[in-house]
Amino acid sequence: MSEAAAAKPRPAVDFLKIPENGDPYLEGHKCKACGSMYLGERTTCAKCGARGQIEAVKLSNKGKLYVFSIVYRSFPGIQTPYVSAIVDLDGGGTVKGNLIGVEPDPKKISFGMPVEVVYKDALGRKDREGNSYLSYFFQPAS
Amino acid sequence: MSEDVYVLGIDMIKFGRFPDKSLAELGAEAALLALDDAGLKIQDIEAMWCGNLMQANNMVGQQVLQQIGQTGIPVVNCANACATGATAFRDAWLAVKAGAYDVVLAVGVEQMGKGLLGGPGGSRGIPKEGLLGSMTMPAVFAEAGMEHSRKYGTTFEQFAKVSVKNHHHSTLNPKAMYQIETPLEQVMGAEMISYPNTKLMCSVNVDGSAAAVLVSERKAKELGMKRAVKIRASVLTSDPWQERDLVMPDVNTCTRLAAKKAYEMAGVGPDDIDLIELHDCFATAEILHYENLGLCKDGEAGALIDSGATTIGGRIPVNLSGGLLSKGHPLGATGIANIYEISTHLRGEAGKRQVPNAKLGLTHVIGLGSACAIHILEKAA
Repeated sequence: MSEAAAAKPRPAVDFLKIPENGDPYLEGHKCKACGSMYLGERTTCAKCGARGQIEAVKLSNKGKLYVFSIVYRSFPGIQTPYVSAIVDLDGGGTVKGNLIGVEPDPKKISFGMPVEVVYKDALGRKDREGNSYLSYFFQPAS
Repeated sequence: MSEDVYVLGIDMIKFGRFPDKSLAELGAEAALLALDDAGLKIQDIEAMWCGNLMQANNMVGQQVLQQIGQTGIPVVNCANACATGATAFRDAWLAVKAGAYDVVLAVGVEQMGKGLLGGPGGSRGIPKEGLLGSMTMPAVFAEAGMEHSRKYGTTFEQFAKVSVKNHHHSTLNPKAMYQIETPLEQVMGAEMISYPNTKLMCSVNVDGSAAAVLVSERKAKELGMKRAVKIRASVLTSDPWQERDLVMPDVNTCTRLAAKKAYEMAGVGPDDIDLIELHDCFATAEILHYENLGLCKDGEAGALIDSGATTIGGRIPVNLSGGLLSKGHPLGATGIANIYEISTHLRGEAGKRQVPNAKLGLTHVIGLGSACAIHILEKAA
């Protein structure tokens, strides 16, 4: 393995895709029968039960904040406070992640505010083998 | 098939922290209390259901019988997240209802330790907690509450009032973990865990056990109806598909489905219910369940807590035991402990917190993941 290949970050979750040539993106899996959206591969739709109707789709990098919480107490070693956010992406798919670029203050965050998905290193977290990871974050859309 | 099934004996230990006792000893205490309450011996029990979550692979029911009497009866161990105890109770009910047995025992028991519930996230790669939001229980239920705020403008103060109320109720319940008043400013000023849930708005992790003896109608008539409690409805649901399921566990839809079925089964409506024990794992959750259980219209739960209707002496008192917030929440025991609270009122034995002339009560628990169990109970005599 070349050094360049070894240095390439891995995706923090399976539904974050890092193409060889191109920008990272989030991938959804959509049921062609009923239109429901999933994160991660599957064969059968949990909503309508259709089999073999699931297709991979590229999710939008734009969306709106559905709800959030400001987390002050977490597990040991997890830096707080941070904003845990649930975002409805334009065109379908709901994703949970950290909302960055805002003060962790409920008065500064509004339901429905437009956000964009950005891709950055996973807060310096590495696995046991020392591999780096790429994660996604939400930030207020300019 | 038995026409109706009755709770003949039911009790719980005072919830607390008992690191020097084994899980089996805790379960045995409640089982013996319930047998005494029914005036029966372990030899009278034909089958047993045991609810425990954290040690679900350890044959906890059999361990309890090894403490109080190994009679060779069938034992079923069950785990269903925070609906574990209610699930054990319900499956015991089903077996009597089906006519398989006349006298059965349901036990719920848990040893908890302190600290946050929920996992740091993911066995592969790197931890996801604090990277992809939070999956701690206080955060998950904070987000569920914030959905209500988004839709209806429910405030931090309204959520906090739930804790004020339930802590107040617990001062009248000697079996609650805590008997401490917590005024609004204290609840709102407590350490913020996950906005809008402060530390006093999170249920207390405690050790505890509760148990019930369920009997057929024939047996209830034989042994005496005086303190019997009739099970008018027993319903269990799982979570129907919802569009945000994957990132936002939904405690609403499974509760609404269970409530609808339970009211239908009992042939009553929410207005007929005299008191409720519902799953206040976090203060935010209680607000949601006012609407889910039909105590008020959608969007009116904030006004309902403001009105005092769910406080002792109000139109529909909720969580008179102190709830999970102050009585404590030993996961596997909670479902049966809730049934104990309602039964105690229906028997007229709830002392200072007694709802006068209580005839019908409802219990509700949620196991995240998700399961919802609802029971409607009626004074038998």
